[in-house]
Amino acid sequence: MTPAALTLPLDVARIRQDFPALCTPFHGKPLIYLDSAVSALTPRPVVERMIHYQSFEHTNVHRGVSTLSQEATDRFEEAREKVRAFINAPSAAQVIWTRGTTESINLVAQTFGRARVGAGDEILLSAMEHHSNIVPWQILAEEKGARIRVIPMSDEGELLLDGLEDLLTERTRILGVTHVSNVLGTINPVKEIIRRAHARNVPVLVDGAQGVPHLPVDVTDLDADFYAFSGHKMSGPTGIGVLYGRRELLEAMPPWQGGGSMILSVTWEKTSYCGLPSKFEAGTPAIAQAIGLGTAVDYLRNLGLERIAAYEHDLLAYATDRCRAIPGLRVIGQARAKASVLSFVLDDIHPHDVGSILDHEGIVVRAGHHCAQPVMTRLGIPATTRASFAYFNTRDDIDALVSGILKVQEIFK
Amino acid sequence: MSDPRELYQQVIIEHNKKPRNYGDLEGCTHHAHGLNPLCGDDIELKVVVQDGIVRDLRFTGQGCAISKASSSLMTVQVKGRPVAEAQLMVEQFREMIRGTLDPATDPNILGKLSLFQSVKNLPSRVKCAVLPWATLHSALQGEETVSTE
Repeated sequence: MTPAALTLPLDVARIRQDFPALCTPFHGKPLIYLDSAVSALTPRPVVERMIHYQSFEHTNVHRGVSTLSQEATDRFEEAREKVRAFINAPSAAQVIWTRGTTESINLVAQTFGRARVGAGDEILLSAMEHHSNIVPWQILAEEKGARIRVIPMSDEGELLLDGLEDLLTERTRILGVTHVSNVLGTINPVKEIIRRAHARNVPVLVDGAQGVPHLPVDVTDLDADFYAFSGHKMSGPTGIGVLYGRRELLEAMPPWQGGGSMILSVTWEKTSYCGLPSKFEAGTPAIAQAIGLGTAVDYLRNLGLERIAAYEHDLLAYATDRCRAIPGLRVIGQARAKASVLSFVLDDIHPHDVGSILDHEGIVVRAGHHCAQPVMTRLGIPATTRASFAYFNTRDDIDALVSGILKVQEIFK
Repeated sequence: MSDPRELYQQVIIEHNKKPRNYGDLEGCTHHAHGLNPLCGDDIELKVVVQDGIVRDLRFTGQGCAISKASSSLMTVQVKGRPVAEAQLMVEQFREMIRGTLDPATDPNILGKLSLFQSVKNLPSRVKCAVLPWATLHSALQGEETVSTE
């Protein structure tokens, strides 16, 4: 696609044809998929690329001298380069394949964190983290006798950053913050947070699981020390994710898992490790998934992240207006900067009941605590219903959601 | 999937709004905490057993309409029954949800609880309906916490 085409609106009708599930009846009705924050649907080119790889090009990577192995390795490394360009990392060596955001964060906690955090030290997290950016740090804190401190948030769902410098103490060893909240949709000012943390010599890990699918991300501009994300939230497959890291940090970190692919030489006395990125990629990787993620990057870049962001912003504004007009519906998360997520509570109807009835209408949403129980506790609610949007959704989808919500109220009246 | 209206009948909506036997119970002989971590359904059940009879039982906690109505109806149906019958009801309720017992044709003591039969058509909600029963089972067995995961 030429740059000029990127200024045209997204051709969503055309895009939807890339998603067979959207063209297939579900409970006898059209599928309304409003759950991309849990996992985005996978467009046909990504699926086809993986089928092609697995059917014709597959063998193990970084092994042997066969042409097949060399070509598989080339495809695998091309995908890494695509991801590098996608997030503007300085080098592909700083793009580590993992199973997903969760594994990326665990990797940092168990290597960087374990080496850096000691008794009495502090790990600073935001009040709106997903469990995957809480629990790995709690495990580490428990092991080391360190403590977790929390950047608070407002009732609207914005981080309260006025007191950030007070929380960045001389004991703070790392700050973990989500780019976009999976529950509230809040886009956090991560660039500013990183700048202020760096002024206190505190490195920052950004959970980008909900960032990369919806916003252009430039890890160099953000000056992030670590940026973690998942393939399946950005139209790629499950089982593949990325850890980006600053080179000098990655180089200084000990390996995490040991095994094949990550060693230079092994003797009973002494083993030496590969450089980046192999040092952190023990064992046979998810090759088809990495290549599929590369194709997902192509797909998103063809659509244009700026265009996706603008289109989804419009959808979110429309959904927010329509939902707010429903008596008894309260939108949870009213930050000024939001992306693609609309959480709500409805009268005193439990979100699971809302979700079940919407499901019958062919509308897929998430209901529950969204793996962010501390957010629920902070807001004094047990759970929410969450609709999340992607570039393949339409205003018709949102109209169907609104009708579904009215039906729920009718059943519960 | 069947129409959710089959499950969300008026009785269930009504028990959700006005749960029976809701609240704390002093002097209980048995109690258990039931958790459905996936949904966040969470019930605390207290039971008074005397001379082999479930004299009283009450629950507190939070959950969806199905778990709340299931808890409420359970307390109504179990209160005053011998422990052995309560345990039989636990078993029959589970069998009904699994689809191995049809309350219309198979002998059973479920009574009104057959309202929950259509939960078997909503697999994602089975745990919500079964949670109070699993909790009652644990309480009567002397176990303190049960999770439906």
